[in-house]
Amino acid sequence: MDDKLSTGRPGPTGGTRLDPWFGAYAQRAHGMRASEIRALFAVANRPEVVSLAGGMPYLDGLPLDSIADTIQRLVATRGTTVLQYGSGQGDETLREHIVDVVAMEGIDAHPDDVVVTTGSQQALDLVARIFVDPGDVVVAEAPSYVGALGVFRSYQAEVEHVPLDADGLVPEALEATLERLAREGRRVKLLYTVPNFHNPAGVTLSAERRPKILEIARRYGVLVVEDNPYGLLGFSGDPLPALRASDEEGVLYLGSFSKTFAPGYRVGWVIAPHAVREKLVLASESSILCPSNASQLAISAYMESADWRGQIKSFRELYRERRDAMTTALTEHMPDSSWNTPDGGFYVWVKLPPGLDARAMLPRAVTSRVAYVPGTAFFADGTGADHLRLSYCFPTPERIREGVRRLGSVIGDERDLADLFGTDADVDPDLRDVDNPGPDLA
Amino acid sequence: MQSSPSARETGAAGTADGATTDTPDNTTPGTPNSSASSADPAGSTAAASSSSPEAADLQGCHVVVLAGGMSHERDVSIRSGRRVAESLRTCGAQVTVRDVDAQLLPFLSEHRPDVVWPLLHGAGGEDGSLRDVLDLLGLCYVGTGPHASRSTWNKAIAKRVAGQAGLSTPDHVTLPQSLFRDLGARAVLAGVVERLGFPLIVKPNEGGSALGVSWVADAAALPRAMVECFAYGDVALIERAVTGTEIGVSVIDDGSGPRALPAVEVTTDGPYDYDARYNPGRTEYFAPARLSNELASRAAEAAITAHTSLGLRHVSRTDMIIDSDGVPQFLEVNVVPGTTETSLLPQAIRASGRSLADVYGSLVNAALTSANAR
Repeated sequence: MDDKLSTGRPGPTGGTRLDPWFGAYAQRAHGMRASEIRALFAVANRPEVVSLAGGMPYLDGLPLDSIADTIQRLVATRGTTVLQYGSGQGDETLREHIVDVVAMEGIDAHPDDVVVTTGSQQALDLVARIFVDPGDVVVAEAPSYVGALGVFRSYQAEVEHVPLDADGLVPEALEATLERLAREGRRVKLLYTVPNFHNPAGVTLSAERRPKILEIARRYGVLVVEDNPYGLLGFSGDPLPALRASDEEGVLYLGSFSKTFAPGYRVGWVIAPHAVREKLVLASESSILCPSNASQLAISAYMESADWRGQIKSFRELYRERRDAMTTALTEHMPDSSWNTPDGGFYVWVKLPPGLDARAMLPRAVTSRVAYVPGTAFFADGTGADHLRLSYCFPTPERIREGVRRLGSVIGDERDLADLFGTDADVDPDLRDVDNPGPDLA
Repeated sequence: MQSSPSARETGAAGTADGATTDTPDNTTPGTPNSSASSADPAGSTAAASSSSPEAADLQGCHVVVLAGGMSHERDVSIRSGRRVAESLRTCGAQVTVRDVDAQLLPFLSEHRPDVVWPLLHGAGGEDGSLRDVLDLLGLCYVGTGPHASRSTWNKAIAKRVAGQAGLSTPDHVTLPQSLFRDLGARAVLAGVVERLGFPLIVKPNEGGSALGVSWVADAAALPRAMVECFAYGDVALIERAVTGTEIGVSVIDDGSGPRALPAVEVTTDGPYDYDARYNPGRTEYFAPARLSNELASRAAEAAITAHTSLGLRHVSRTDMIIDSDGVPQFLEVNVVPGTTETSLLPQAIRASGRSLADVYGSLVNAALTSANAR
């Protein structure tokens, strides 16, 4: 192991930077580094800490014995296929199942329209890879999914945020932003949106706004990336029709089994118009050759042998109970904060009392054995310190109540401190970074 | 380390008392007195090399490395523990890496390892509390005992002890959060600024890895720095920033007296903060530091003085700045210096010509020897 230390080459003044390739990295890799925020989450994974940070589904709710039997049978009967390379576009049977899944949101697709990916995170990466040149603009909601911001940054895109409200992305604000960008002569490539049970904001794009958003994007020639991992996890009523349901050419639809089944399989998908799909397949093959056959066939087997619709319904009920536990606890313990009440998904987006900085407060929270994700993670420009994201998907209702109680106490202490020193939550210029999320924070 | 930009003003040396009044004890078993020490950096390198030319043989020795814990430095500790465990295995030791949790004490009681190596950074690991428990269990461990750990963990006490031992240390005040509440933050900060001026370093009085540390250039930045500091602890140490060459000097004592390893110099294009410490690239290291023999000797002497005056055992790292007058300005001492891929102790060991396995193995042997002598 000593050799690992000897790999440093001389730095500019003769010392070592402990990284022989420091000067060789591509520019897009320069922002890739572990932050102290990420280090704090190492503590958050301890059982003593109530983590309201991660977006991990509650897998204890799955019929694990039955799934184990299915996998065992699959390997016993089709082992040489399960463990072999597969198609670059993805297994055809699974693509047929995916068509059934998206039909629940009004999408009329053919299995040929589907490209299976390693989680929808890879789909995001592929879309950015084939569309984004350095300096291109990606328009995203304010706030936006931290994992998407990381992808856009790695392709050196410039992210322009557009506000959302209780009904999702604001069409007038979108139009104003696209108009301004056009005036400035900037090249806008993508509109990235999470229309259902937004991560982190929890809101859903209303049915009335959906056609308006599509019309504006069409008028400005901007491709819409509809990222929809939570769409089937609504707590009331049927899912709203997907954007892709009414626009086959102008929307790339990203879906995932991670939230409705199991993220460990790492299976997601893109539904794309023909020409785009061809490029996505080529890009995916150059990246991973093919998605995991074992994962795809296991999911197909699950969907063929289990009541997957009933499982999703069961998850909806479980998460609704947890959402209720969280909002009730927030009312009791954080009366000076404000938040939305999500009608599905995993997240509550909390606005802190004036003067508090969610990022600066995190160490105190971790000391008090509770964790959250600071709002700064969800903005490309490092703003958002006055917000934090709470997840209710993984902890039990009892743990949620305890976590919020602890957080309420932390906020009280932090507020006293902010009052004492007269600080405010203006962004610290040193913090203008996106914190690359760990996998359990996505 | 000061975690300061490269351009700093020179501050006057001083040993101002902090608000805390505890004193260290020097009763740590096995602590050699300074007369047995070697403060000549070249000599110490040679001596250290010649004392253990080969990696220690730890065949049959069961070592439990404690890493992780609940402090803010858990992630760093896990990395430190992994590296030490890897080295000790090359010496033939049977190494178990354990986190600190409710299963730890039953495990230790059942298995009774030959040696425990607590590599827990931050509270719990460095404040002496865990070592108290190891003493209660009668277990042999690598590193400083509980009382001296406690004194060193408190930066204000460590600075005072170092000052009493003749070292220079930047002028500072140590202020608990409650004091600002009682007296009013504006008035207290005005008093601090009047005495210390700018720039300042604000840091938790107890803590490591530069967490909660801010470089403060002017009054406008001071309130935010205080809030960020108090997020990590209830007592702040506000220190006059000094300019110079920023170094860490590790001291090892494997039974033949404390010896200073070559100083490691760090330079960064900004603060030597968490990012600069643990992400290779932003920091440039010089091992040995670019110091004249005379300055290197002064630095080594200062580190050994800090080590012995605080009653430390086996290993420590003293962080200093060599100011423009060539005076080592003592900042703080770490009783559990980091052993990650980017930490200073492993670099110093390599610069001394020894292997990590050799040094870490010899420290385990020293712990065994001191336990047998009791």
